[in-house]
Amino acid sequence: MGAAATMLPAIPIVGSPISPERALEAVDPAMKKRLADVALNAGRSRGATYVDVRIGRYLNQFVVTREEKVQNIVNTESFGLGVRVIANGSWGFAATDKLDNDSVAKAAEAAVAIAKENSRLQTKPVQLAPQKGHGEVSWKAPIAKNAFEVPIKEKVDLLLNVNSEAMKAGANYITSLLFLVNEQKYFASTDGSYIDQDIHRIWPAFFITKIDAASGKFETRNSLSAPMGMGYEYLDWRPQDKINSVTTLYKGRYDMLEDAKAGGRQAGEKITAKSVDAGKYDLVLDPSHLWLTIHESVGHPTELDRVLGYEANFAGTSFLTLDKWQSKKFNFGNNLVNIVADKTQVGSLGAVGYDDEGVQCGKWDLIKDGVLVNYQTIRDQAHILGLNASQGCCYADNWSSVQFQRMPNVSLQPGKEKKSVDDLIKGVEKGIYIVGDGSFSIDQQRYNFQFGGQLFYEIKNGKIDGMLKDVAYQSNTQEFWNACGGMADESDYRLGGAFGDGKGQPPQSNAVSHGSSTTRFNGVNVINTARKI
Amino acid sequence: MALLTKDEAYALMKKVLSYSKAEECEVNLNSSENGNIRYAINSVSTSGKTFSSTLVVQSSYGKKMGVATINEFDDASLEKVVRRSEELAQLAPENPEYVGVLGPQTYKEAKTFIPATAAVTPKQRADMVEQSLAVAKKSNAIAAGFLEDSAYMAAMMNSKGLMAYNTGTNVNFSVTMRTQDAKGSGYAIRGFNDVTKMDTKLASEIAAEKAVKSATAKAIEPGKYTVILEPAAAAVLLENIFFNLDARSADEGRSFLSKPGGTTKLGEKLVDERVNIYSDPMHPDMPTSTWNGDGRPQEKISWIEKGVIKNLTYSRYWAEKKGVKAIPGPDSAIMEGGTKTLEELIAGTKKGILVTKLWYIRSVDPQSLLLTGLTRDGTFYIENGKIQYPIKNFRFNESPIIMLNNLEEIGKVERTVSTESNNNYLIPPLKVRDFTFSSLSDAV
Repeated sequence: MGAAATMLPAIPIVGSPISPERALEAVDPAMKKRLADVALNAGRSRGATYVDVRIGRYLNQFVVTREEKVQNIVNTESFGLGVRVIANGSWGFAATDKLDNDSVAKAAEAAVAIAKENSRLQTKPVQLAPQKGHGEVSWKAPIAKNAFEVPIKEKVDLLLNVNSEAMKAGANYITSLLFLVNEQKYFASTDGSYIDQDIHRIWPAFFITKIDAASGKFETRNSLSAPMGMGYEYLDWRPQDKINSVTTLYKGRYDMLEDAKAGGRQAGEKITAKSVDAGKYDLVLDPSHLWLTIHESVGHPTELDRVLGYEANFAGTSFLTLDKWQSKKFNFGNNLVNIVADKTQVGSLGAVGYDDEGVQCGKWDLIKDGVLVNYQTIRDQAHILGLNASQGCCYADNWSSVQFQRMPNVSLQPGKEKKSVDDLIKGVEKGIYIVGDGSFSIDQQRYNFQFGGQLFYEIKNGKIDGMLKDVAYQSNTQEFWNACGGMADESDYRLGGAFGDGKGQPPQSNAVSHGSSTTRFNGVNVINTARKI
Repeated sequence: MALLTKDEAYALMKKVLSYSKAEECEVNLNSSENGNIRYAINSVSTSGKTFSSTLVVQSSYGKKMGVATINEFDDASLEKVVRRSEELAQLAPENPEYVGVLGPQTYKEAKTFIPATAAVTPKQRADMVEQSLAVAKKSNAIAAGFLEDSAYMAAMMNSKGLMAYNTGTNVNFSVTMRTQDAKGSGYAIRGFNDVTKMDTKLASEIAAEKAVKSATAKAIEPGKYTVILEPAAAAVLLENIFFNLDARSADEGRSFLSKPGGTTKLGEKLVDERVNIYSDPMHPDMPTSTWNGDGRPQEKISWIEKGVIKNLTYSRYWAEKKGVKAIPGPDSAIMEGGTKTLEELIAGTKKGILVTKLWYIRSVDPQSLLLTGLTRDGTFYIENGKIQYPIKNFRFNESPIIMLNNLEEIGKVERTVSTESNNNYLIPPLKVRDFTFSSLSDAV
């Protein structure tokens, strides 16, 4: 599946409503260690050869407004314990929101019983990559301002101002929201790790609609913000965080008011924009757009569980089969294309100290000079790649979900030579400059994709020549990355990201960032999406 | 832990209401027990069991409303959650769209709970998967699948005297079979309230047969083709109509149901006159809850009748503003079918494509309800009433509204499950002309 983050109705409301003050109450790590030990001991005493336990407190705050109204303010908390075991060589998992010794021990026993029951259907016993215990350690996201400490009134005032500015600029309707997340995760395992982590995420967003009453046509323009692994400081913008382009673009910090003004105006411009002529174009893709193409066409096919067939029944498999990796010469893209996986990037959605099976996180190459060189793995897959340690890609979206392989931040490296976005556009004879993410769809092995966007500008003979609409491009992943025509340098590098990437059965949500500089792709097929009903 | 009975749930909620000092108070109590088992590469991968219950208290003073929740049910916790919701309500900004809680309603007794499903054990789950794995072995295929069962209790009560209670069970099973050479792939999905209706062996045999038959597909040119959509493929397109019946969006001019000048297409013919779509919580083949989350009764209602848009869904606020009945969005939908089987539809097709499943459906343009996505797990070329050969997957760009105007034939209704939303529907196979495939995919 893909990044549900861009669709407002897809926001997952996980957890139970609580008061804002309760979100600031801390849970004592000593209590968590005591409960973890109950689960570890209960699992072992029932015959498990490995046990891990996650005690998770998942806090969300949603502030949602439309036009001049506050629609909803919700604080939720989800607090409970999940225990995973290996017994008779098979995995078992159980979870409970009753955090007393008896319920926790029963959950561990249920997990062992499930593992034993399933072991008769297991063809090979689970093989875990070695992992040393870390002892009692902790990791905190390096945020400057805890968003949960910012008064609700300040958030409501910001959003109502955003709405007002968009309406003044011509919007007919606007929904704006702040979606804040704090994951307080405690992990313990029979390897001897007790890991306490504090993770923060923020997503400010708006969705504007402009209606032309006479024709009955309408257009939308969504915010150009990125969800980030940051605190409220993401909204404290500084002049150096802005990039002047056809519209202001944002690097690491976000001016929501300014973007709303631009959005209100641009939604109106879209109504009268020229409908695109279908055909081949050179595309110049801004990082606010390209993150989603990277996510779908690079992030997902390099997930080793998909490659092996573990996701065949839902998310699908991958065209990046092991033989392509083993050949050491599979040209995923041309030699301009360097893509890294990174669980440590500051401010990114995927940054943590340790993954959900106690593996310390790092950074590695996926595509080096265009060639497929690696995948994303967890402990029970590492041996398949001949690795003696996991790459730390294990994640569960809740205490009640079983952890499995999830995408780290996957990012396209900027160009090594000094090059601006203007330099890229100057070289394009017939092209389209695309800003912001839109509609997205890709096949189950990640070959054929189609993407829309928020803003489309026609490029004629090296110059921007007005706005286009009804644009979507289609390509094949390998052809697309081999058509890379260069990228801007590091000064243009920015993160985009998915707040709710879906995968697994039952489906779980993952937050992940994707960085890039503005990048050109030559001769891509563009379709016109206008229809009459 | 067992689900609370109606008497137990009502007694608990009455106690909660007795602590309330707000102008209005509403209590929702939900419990669920979920079990699942997942397998891939012919072996079980993960499996689990979760139990959770939540009490939600909503208190209001005028148009100021606060909500708080707890999952502990001793008296002190119950009082604490009421006080917290009242504090939040006092602090909240006024919501001009808050319309207060609903008074007492009359509901039919839902037919959604089947004891056998609520009693599924880890051994039963493993046995059902074992049957699927046996099919894989016999067919020399590689199986991946997912079986999920749940039992839930939902109850609500408020200070105006509304009382509602329902229990339900569901079991969904899906399986993908792939050939050893990875050149063929087949799929089947089934959903029921009653686990005894679930035949994982039969579903697995269908998936395995599709895998074998879909291997070594030929590429044909993208373009407009007559297609036969199996119910699972039709469902993922049609549900985008069901999800977009909101009256407010239509009235505001930002829906496929909006018209120039601020009017809507309510009451107008929008699709082929053979199209009838309705919802019915008491349908014997697909019972659903008889009330929705804010206490409104779910009733049998027609959405599209003889191709005409008959009803839209309303929030209570928007219905009050417009002076109409506040019809809630349905839990499911039913499209009336004909008498022909899928095989008969194929037999009557000169040239066409059989689409067994669609994947990764996304909105491209809400104005026309244009969707994109791809075929998956078995796509076949039909000529002279027979499946001739498997074909490579296509990307499509099509609107379900245009599709229902290009309707050729409607087959016999089946209960199916959306592979996008996991919702259950009663949907027939559809034969449609001029369905737009825009490019080829190499994916198997």
